[in-house]
Amino acid sequence: MKKIVQKIGANWLFLIAVVLVYLILGLWNLQLALAGLEVFLGLLKKILPVLGIVFLLIFVSNLFLNPKTVAKYLGTGAGTRGWPIAVIAGILSAGPIYMWYPLLGELKKKGMRDALIATFLYNRAVKIPLLPMMVYYFGLKLVVILTILMILFSVLNGLLVERLTTQN
Amino acid sequence: MLNNIKMSIPILAGVLLLIGLVNTLVPKEFFSKIFTGNRALDPLIGALFGSVAAGNPLTSYLIGGELLKTGISLAAVLAFIVSWVTVGTIQLPAESLMLGKKFALLRNGISLIMAIIIAVLTVLATGILG
Repeated sequence: MKKIVQKIGANWLFLIAVVLVYLILGLWNLQLALAGLEVFLGLLKKILPVLGIVFLLIFVSNLFLNPKTVAKYLGTGAGTRGWPIAVIAGILSAGPIYMWYPLLGELKKKGMRDALIATFLYNRAVKIPLLPMMVYYFGLKLVVILTILMILFSVLNGLLVERLTTQN
Repeated sequence: MLNNIKMSIPILAGVLLLIGLVNTLVPKEFFSKIFTGNRALDPLIGALFGSVAAGNPLTSYLIGGELLKTGISLAAVLAFIVSWVTVGTIQLPAESLMLGKKFALLRNGISLIMAIIIAVLTVLATGILG
């Protein structure tokens, strides 16, 4: 099994497994499988521009960010300055969370702290463009409190994740 | 760098296909049927189901708004919408492959617990501040 994973690659095996699920679903109920594919195509159309931006950022980060620079601002030696960078970048980053995994994987290889990766990912939940809609449903006071708590907990999340990942 | 991009393409395609599958197989009305009315248990149920749901956060607000109208507790609804955006069970394989299995499992596990804590604290703080 390990040899197969190494030969094909876990990433391709994952895709193959999902395609197999679709095939099985299609044999059982073709309409459902086609409806799932329709959602997939709709999502793909929406995320392609974001994916383009992410891949461009990976390219730019590769050109301008060497491990020393990443370590300076987002590594263990960055001190407190890494936190606001991770929080603000997380809030401002657009598109679905999984679009950012490749860039973060690249930055991790260059020395970005696990704590700051987790904090960045947590702040992806603070969606400024969607705040008016949230206020409409839940009220301004609640949304302000919830947003502040989420930002504060993002730091705690980062610290806990890093603490536990480094433990044996 | 190219390797990283090449590696991520099948993973992203797989995640998108899975989201398509979940959105098709789980109708939105399903969420209103999962709560028990128990104020202690519902935030946990909300967080668990929010973590397996996928899609635009706007959908979670719409569902959350409707759940509130049906009498589901605010803490349960908030745990549901916070977990919807902070925990990604469907994206877990992709996160594990690109950021590490231990990191992904811990991050999502901690985020799930935090969704409940944040929901309860928000309700308490909103109550205290009148």
